[in-house]
Amino acid sequence: MSDGHGHDHGHDHDHGHDHDHDEPVEGALPAAALRTRAIESLLVEKGVLTAEAVARGVDWLVSRTPTNGARIVARAWVDPAYKQRLLADAKVAAGELGIDAAQSVTVVALENTAAVHHLVVCTLCSCYPRALLGPPPAWYKSNAYRSRAVVEPRAVMAEFGTELPAEVEVRVVDSTADIRYIVVPRRPAGTDGWSEEQLAAIVTRDSLVGVVQPVAGEPVAV
Amino acid sequence: MTLATGQRVRVLEGPSVGHVRTPAYVKGKQGTIAGVWGSYGNPETLAFGGDGQPARPLYYVGFRQTDLWPDYAGPATDTVYLDLYEHWLEEA
Amino acid sequence: MPLIHDRGGLPDDRPIDRAEHELEDWELTADALMQALTGGGVMTVDELRRGVESMERWRYEHASYYDRWITSIEKVLVEKGVLNGAEIDRRVAELGA
Repeated sequence: MSDGHGHDHGHDHDHGHDHDHDEPVEGALPAAALRTRAIESLLVEKGVLTAEAVARGVDWLVSRTPTNGARIVARAWVDPAYKQRLLADAKVAAGELGIDAAQSVTVVALENTAAVHHLVVCTLCSCYPRALLGPPPAWYKSNAYRSRAVVEPRAVMAEFGTELPAEVEVRVVDSTADIRYIVVPRRPAGTDGWSEEQLAAIVTRDSLVGVVQPVAGEPVAV
Repeated sequence: MTLATGQRVRVLEGPSVGHVRTPAYVKGKQGTIAGVWGSYGNPETLAFGGDGQPARPLYYVGFRQTDLWPDYAGPATDTVYLDLYEHWLEEA
Repeated sequence: MPLIHDRGGLPDDRPIDRAEHELEDWELTADALMQALTGGGVMTVDELRRGVESMERWRYEHASYYDRWITSIEKVLVEKGVLNGAEIDRRVAELGA
């Protein structure tokens, strides 16, 4: 096994504890960091990859933030024709705002309404619309979220402070294939007359996954 | 076989050997085709160095929570939707 | 026995840990390596997933996200003969010295 060496954390102690309560701290393993560096240097040395290609990958990843998703939602809130184009093809609609979603095969926007509330999960791994929103939050990748979201979505949302009436259909969407999902939350009351920029500022990352809903709060200065 | 939106389907109970994108919790369950995404490379061969061909039709399939989990605590109208490849589905 | 990664509906009474985690440099590198490897046709995302899924259960449960990735990347690259385990171990020893 390639994963059998180089890691010195307690094998004997951990073995068989499938539902241990110590979810690992992301990034806490120096052994993994070292192996990453070793593999990177060997791949570059052998000409399999260039250092520039790796640097481009880092640049791409850090250039992707939920701000992109928030801009898309804010535009959809103020422009019904844009919203229709977004629901028809989210990659094309993102492109209209200068956001390049090429790295995702297919992106689908799910509109939350008075009748249906979408909540996105990836039970098998951590599929996420990275091209639009950046890397997924740690909680999205956690074993607990992946296990619980499909079976008790209302309890999971309640932990995020979201309570929905029983007459709203909670629709969990499990990203099991090449489709990446972004939620278009409902525009909150109290935002009449807000500018697109002010609206974008209340569209949080977590609302684009569906665990929370945007709230009006104070208009954000731009 | 081409499935159409609105059609009832059952998910096959095949074993999860190799690399499979059909989660255990929907196997053997009945749902409804809610959309057709087109054809995508087959992950079951792509995962082992293959080319994923022939591409497989991919569907957006909706399930009632109460059909998946007998003791589902929420309203009976709550649902789960997933993307499933045609070779994991049969007409119900 | 369900596979380790197939988690939907598994009994789990843990609250969702909502702590934020800013990616460390090595994690960004691991991600970028994968982007470059898929972009260059060296390996596929499905191979990455399959490698993660083949981890021993105790490792999967306790490994951080990008630890799973680099473990799988190493496994797949060794399998393909792009790298070999001994040279990776040597390089790790050099870098860690």
